[in-house]
Amino acid sequence: MVLDRLRRGAVAKDPKKIPDGLWLKCPGCGKTVFKKLVEERQDTCPECNYHYTMSSVRRIELLIDSGTWKEWDAGLSAADPLTFTDSKPYPKRIAESQLKTGMNDAVVCGTGALNGMAVGLGVMEFAFIGGSMGSVVGEKLTRLVERSTAARMPVIIVSTSGGARMQEGALSLMQMAKTSAALGRHKEAGLPYLSILTNPTMAGVMASFASLGDIIIAEPKALIGFTGLRVIKETIKQELPEGFQTSEFILQHGQIDLIVTRQDLRGELARVLSYLHRPRSTAAA
Amino acid sequence: MCLAKAGQPRPQPSTGPAPRAAHWLTWMATYHAGVSNPFTFLDPLVALEAKIQELEQLAQSRGVDLSVEVASLRQKWAEESDRTFAGLTAWQRVQLSRHPQRPQASDYIDRIAQEFVPLAGDRVFGDDAAIITGLGRIGAHACLIIGQQKGKDIHERKRCNFGMPHPEGYRKALEKMRLAERFHLPVVCLINTPGAFPGVEAEERGQSLAIAVNIRDMSLLRTPIVVAVIGEGGSGGALGIGVGDRMLMLQNSYFSVISPEGCAAILWKDGAKRDIAAASMGLTADILSRHGIVDEILPEPPGGAHRQGDAMAAILQAALVRNLDALTKLPMAELLDRRYAKYRTIGQVIEGGELLTGARMAAAHG
Repeated sequence: MVLDRLRRGAVAKDPKKIPDGLWLKCPGCGKTVFKKLVEERQDTCPECNYHYTMSSVRRIELLIDSGTWKEWDAGLSAADPLTFTDSKPYPKRIAESQLKTGMNDAVVCGTGALNGMAVGLGVMEFAFIGGSMGSVVGEKLTRLVERSTAARMPVIIVSTSGGARMQEGALSLMQMAKTSAALGRHKEAGLPYLSILTNPTMAGVMASFASLGDIIIAEPKALIGFTGLRVIKETIKQELPEGFQTSEFILQHGQIDLIVTRQDLRGELARVLSYLHRPRSTAAA
Repeated sequence: MCLAKAGQPRPQPSTGPAPRAAHWLTWMATYHAGVSNPFTFLDPLVALEAKIQELEQLAQSRGVDLSVEVASLRQKWAEESDRTFAGLTAWQRVQLSRHPQRPQASDYIDRIAQEFVPLAGDRVFGDDAAIITGLGRIGAHACLIIGQQKGKDIHERKRCNFGMPHPEGYRKALEKMRLAERFHLPVVCLINTPGAFPGVEAEERGQSLAIAVNIRDMSLLRTPIVVAVIGEGGSGGALGIGVGDRMLMLQNSYFSVISPEGCAAILWKDGAKRDIAAASMGLTADILSRHGIVDEILPEPPGGAHRQGDAMAAILQAALVRNLDALTKLPMAELLDRRYAKYRTIGQVIEGGELLTGARMAAAHG
C-alpha cells in the first residue's frame, strides 16, 4: 500500500535502483517500506507494526523528556582481563564496535524525567557486540541502580542482549550477580524497577537483571528466553512449538506482566510508575 | 533419593591408590568403547596403579614381603600425580571435572554430614532430582545443604537429568534457603552442573526467571552461604545456586560463562576447538582466584578426587567447617555488606585511562 503510493510518487520507479538507506525490507511482513516513515513511527513498520531494533539514542528520545537527560559513566570502556583472542583480539573487537556504534560499550545509563518524574534509565545497545554484558555493562548498570537507590528514584532498564560476553569469561558471568545484588538493595529500599524486554533478550541478561523487574514489559514479538533456539533444537531434536520464546509466548506462560507497543511505551511506563512511586519531594511549586 | 544406601561399601581410605584399579580400568574401557579415551594424560598414573596392584596381589598369593617395592611405587605414584596435576591444561581439568567416577554431591553429603534429612519439592510444581536439598550437620554446624546431582548409574542420571536442573530445581533450592534463613541455618551449596537444562519445558516454566530470582535473593539471604564448586560450574545454571559469602573450588573443577564446546562453536565456529576455548576463558580455579571470584582453592589428593573420594571429602569438610566457623561469628549487617562487596568488586573496566578492578572500582564512584 505504502509502497504503491511511494512508487506513484516516483521516488524510485525502478526497484533495482532503490537508493541505499531510503528503503527498508520489513523482516515482519516482507514488504519494502519507506525508511523515513519507519523512523517517524518510532522504528516500527507502517504495514505490520514490526518493531525494528532501536538504537539507544533513539530509545532515550522516546522515553525521556527533552532537555532533561544526563548521562552517567559514559567514559567507561572494556579492559581485556583474559587477553582474549578468537578470530581477532578482544581489544580490536572493542575498538571496531566503538567505531561502528560511536559508543564505548553496550549500555547507556543516566537519569532524566519521564513525563516529569525523575528516573534512572539504562538502555542496552544491540549493535555493540550483540548487546553482550561484560564488566562495563555490569559496572554501569550497577552504578545506575546504586545511584538511583541513593536518590530514591525508580529504575528502568531497556534490555536487548545475546547474553554474557564470552571474551571476559567468568568476569562477565559474575556481572549477573553484581547487577542483581544492586537491584536487590534497590528493591529492599522499596523502590520500583521496570524491566523492558526488547528483541532479542537472552541468556545471561535474561537470567539476571532483565527478569527482576517489579513490572516486566516486553515489546511485541520480541525473542526472549534463556537458551538460544539452535541449542534447544540440538538438545531435544524435535520441532519447537509455534511462537516459542516470543513475547506473546512468555506472556501466556505467566512470566511477564504486559506487552506494550513502542508507540504506547512511554505513556504506559508513566502510568505504572504513578501507581508504584510517589517521589518524596513532589515539586509543589 | 540419590544418596548411597547405608551399608554400601565405600571407596577405600586415602592411603595411596584405591585397590579397585582393575575394576576401574575395565569400566573405563567399556564406558569409552568406540570413543577415544579423554583421559590419556592419566595413563602413566593408571599404569603405576596397575603395577602396584599386581605386586600387592603377588605378595598376598605367594606370601612374600614386597612392602618395600610397593612403598617405593606408591611414592613414585604420588610424585607422578603431583607432576601430572600441576601441569594440566584447562581443557584437561574440564575433562577431569566431568570424570564419571568423580564424587558427586550425594557422595560428599554422605561423607561430610553426620546425618542428612532430604527435603523435596518446590511446593508449586514438582521435585527436581538434579538439585538435592536437605538438612545436615557439618562439624558443629546444623546446615541446609544444597547440591547439584548428575546421577551415578543410567537410571539415576536420567532421573537427575544429567545434573541439568529445571526451574523447579532452582525454586526448590530457594524455598529451602528461605527455610534456612527463617531458622538461622547456614547454607552450603555444592555446584556440579553442565548448565541449566536447555529445553522447551524449562523455558515454558521460566528458567531465566528462576535463576535470576535465586541470584538476587541469595545476595540478600540473611544467613551465611558457603559455595563449593565440586565439578562442573556451568554458567547461569551454576550461579543459580552459586551466590554466597565464600566460594571454594576444587582444583580440578571449572566455573565458566559458557561450556568450552559452546564457546568454541560460537567464537571459533568449530566445536572441536574446545581446548583452545577452555584455555582462553580462564575457567580454572587459579585464574578465577586471581580475579577475586574464587576465595579458596581446595587441592585434590594424589590421583585426583575421582581416585580418593574420602580424602577429598575430608579436605572439603575441613574447609567448609573453617569457613562456617568464621562466617557464623559475623554480625548479620557485616556479613551482608561483605557479601555485597564481594560481587560489587568483580570485573575490570577502564575509566579515565585508568584500569579499575577490585576495591578501586567500587570506590571509584563513591
